[in-house]
Amino acid sequence: MDDAALIERMLAGDERAFVEIVRRYDDVLVRLARTHVGSEATARDVAQETWVAVLRGLDRFEGRSSFKTWLLRICANRAKSVGAREHRSVPVDPTETGPTVASSRFDESGMWRDPPVPFTELVEGRIASADVVSEIRRTIDGLHDPARTVVTLRDVEGLSTGEVAELLGLTEANVRVILHRGRARVRAALEAMTEGGRRWDS
Amino acid sequence: MGLLTADIECRQAVELVSDYLDGALPRRQRRRLERHLAHCDHCSAYLEQLRVSIELTGTVEPEALDDDTVEGLVDLFRRYRTDEP
Repeated sequence: MDDAALIERMLAGDERAFVEIVRRYDDVLVRLARTHVGSEATARDVAQETWVAVLRGLDRFEGRSSFKTWLLRICANRAKSVGAREHRSVPVDPTETGPTVASSRFDESGMWRDPPVPFTELVEGRIASADVVSEIRRTIDGLHDPARTVVTLRDVEGLSTGEVAELLGLTEANVRVILHRGRARVRAALEAMTEGGRRWDS
Repeated sequence: MGLLTADIECRQAVELVSDYLDGALPRRQRRRLERHLAHCDHCSAYLEQLRVSIELTGTVEPEALDDDTVEGLVDLFRRYRTDEP
């Protein structure tokens, strides 16, 4: 069932519809809030306050934007003001610079020496998709903030780069750089799985 | 530098593919990358792998909620949505 249908049901007083919406989005709310505030506990509080605001304001939600956009904006605005009270700002990931593919994989002329390992096992389904998904989740969780949130909002939730930038208070150029680095890490993790699979086969 | 790959190396190409997939590369850079990709199987493979990675990332489901959290939220729902006149 899509969000719009669930919202209809919520408006009609169906609490199971609300639980379903919460299951979909509570995780991303906490993650988004965590980028703005100083602790996991505060992030959970912000998520909780967001749900209260949604329940209070639902009748005023007119569906001009998607529910997801509306929800994430409420959360980001709350998290930003809490973050401001904590004198905290979103880190711009200054620790992450340099190439996203190890220099040792290229020769002196900058051409591949150790080219990408084919994703054959992965594409042909010889690695269980549940394993692939949990590896991706582990990799994303292992990223620093704001990279973790950038990849989640952009590639898991499918928001545009512009929306991600707005929610996090970053420039689009910044979001793109951070996203690029995060995606390269996910690809590398999958390549490592494929290599493992190859060793297992032989 | 390679004959046909002119002004871009694999090492540089891999740093451009994410923006390329998002349609965010400036035109000149996009052309240089496309020229490189046309002659470089390894970078084409890299690009395809990044595309697959992004697609698979889109299938990640949110973390399961614990029962206490769900219960707390159901209480909220009852307070704000059903007790209201």
